[in-house]
Amino acid sequence: MIEIHELTKRYRQKAAVDGLSFTVEPGRVTGFLGPNGAGKSTTIRMALGLDRPTSGRALIDGRPYAELERPLTRVGALLEADAVHPSRSAFNHLLWLAKTNGLPTSRVREVLDETGLADVAGKTARTFSLGMRQRLGVAAALLGDPDVLILDEPVNGLDPEGVIWIRNLVKRLAAEGRTVLVSSHLMAEMALTAEHLVVIGRGRLLADTSTEEFIAANSGSTLEEAFMRLTGASVEFQGGGGR
Amino acid sequence: MSALGSAIAAEWVKVRSVRSTVITLGLFAAVALGLSWMVARAFDPGGPADDAILPVSFGLLTGQLVLVTFAVATVGSEFSTGTIRASLAAVPSRGRLFAAKMTAVGLTVGAAALIVESAVFALVRFTIGDGAAPLTEWWTIEVLLGGWIHLTLLSVFTAAVAVMVRSTVIALSVLLPILFLSSQGLGNVEAIKPVAQYLPDQVGMVIMHMTVPGDPQFGRDYSAWGGIGILVLWTAAALAAAWWSMRRRDA
Ligand SMILES: Nc1ncnc2c1ncn2[C@@H]1O[C@H](COP(=O)(O)OP(=O)(O)OP(=O)(O)O)[C@@H](O)[C@H]1O
Ligand SMILES: [Mg+2]
Repeated sequence: MIEIHELTKRYRQKAAVDGLSFTVEPGRVTGFLGPNGAGKSTTIRMALGLDRPTSGRALIDGRPYAELERPLTRVGALLEADAVHPSRSAFNHLLWLAKTNGLPTSRVREVLDETGLADVAGKTARTFSLGMRQRLGVAAALLGDPDVLILDEPVNGLDPEGVIWIRNLVKRLAAEGRTVLVSSHLMAEMALTAEHLVVIGRGRLLADTSTEEFIAANSGSTLEEAFMRLTGASVEFQGGGGR
Repeated sequence: MSALGSAIAAEWVKVRSVRSTVITLGLFAAVALGLSWMVARAFDPGGPADDAILPVSFGLLTGQLVLVTFAVATVGSEFSTGTIRASLAAVPSRGRLFAAKMTAVGLTVGAAALIVESAVFALVRFTIGDGAAPLTEWWTIEVLLGGWIHLTLLSVFTAAVAVMVRSTVIALSVLLPILFLSSQGLGNVEAIKPVAQYLPDQVGMVIMHMTVPGDPQFGRDYSAWGGIGILVLWTAAALAAAWWSMRRRDA
């Protein structure tokens, strides 16, 4: 379970996350939605102890992330910016991660197989396509067989087969009773994947409800329509034709 | 394995799994051996006996520029590639991650310095032949021991600076001009000597026999081991500042 309590992050004057509270329950996929700059990635970085909140708390199974022992066995995370040294091989990237938490080398081979990277395990990350890097990030998240998964835009850069693979993977992980939080901008994909939604705009909570209710409450026929209706007022970065 | 032991094992995998490690450490060996050999070939047997160890010091002091680049790049790439986020997610205790990183860099540099220094010493002895520095003299041991401590601590010092500025490029831009002071002999220029002689790359000069205390031109206000003591203080201060910066900043 992930609990976000009154979480706030201020950069200079601007609040990236502003008094945000919500809970992510186990056993279902929770979609984490919001326009560009809404504060999704910032919330996730705070939940992982990477950024220090200005105020408020983020708890994983009742404890701050930083207090978890062998955290990779509790929480698996895919971060937005890929965090891999370009001249390190996929195998060695996963190997050093495994060592930090005392995981056996056999786990590295298992997640390489699971993510379809076994054949390129010895290749450096520099030679990887965007989709392969994304798969490597997912492999890192699965390494410790964690009960909580936090995936920031996992389908970003994946081909159609990869998108289906992530969809099925995420659903399977939730069906196994794990807590799964997935952020994405692909509404059609989210409608297929997420049973529950947490929607934010300008760092504040806009909705925390089941996907069905969300669509109905915002009188849309699709998730995309409902999303546009709800977040219209809190979009900061607008393309040509906007005000 | 303890949590710190696991973190150090992981940092060692990081060090050995990028090609730049092999390249920079190989270059360090090549520069140190090459320069020592050239200086040794020009050795004049007519001077004081302990001049026979100077080619070793020259080679190591020039090679240190490359060794420092290794230490700085190893730390700096962690920040430039974003690996630091994966590292902190895996090892949330920042003190532990910092200690592991500094230990891995320190041990790698210490081992590389020991191997290269031994090779340099053997090469210089072979090149000079008669009149070469004998291992039975205290001044030989002092130069070798002092040189090894100097290279290792200076590298750890620069690695700590890289943590503070969180960038390879910025760290090298600040450090390399200062380190070039030694090769340019600027530490001896009268106007800046009162301060410059205490800079971290300068304080190893006495023990490496590049200067002696009290010499009117090249002299220093501290002894051989006093200089090493000052380097220990510099390193401790840099480690403390880097640890403090690592603890409080966002990843
Ligand atoms: N390190 C930082 N310094 C200053 N401002 C920041 C920093 N990180 C994020 N921000 C700001 O915080 C706000 C939230 O950013 P964040 O990346 O969390 O949004 P997001 O919801 O993940 O957006 P996207 O969908 O584009 O990924 C943005 O306005 C961003 O400019
Ligand atoms: Mg984001």
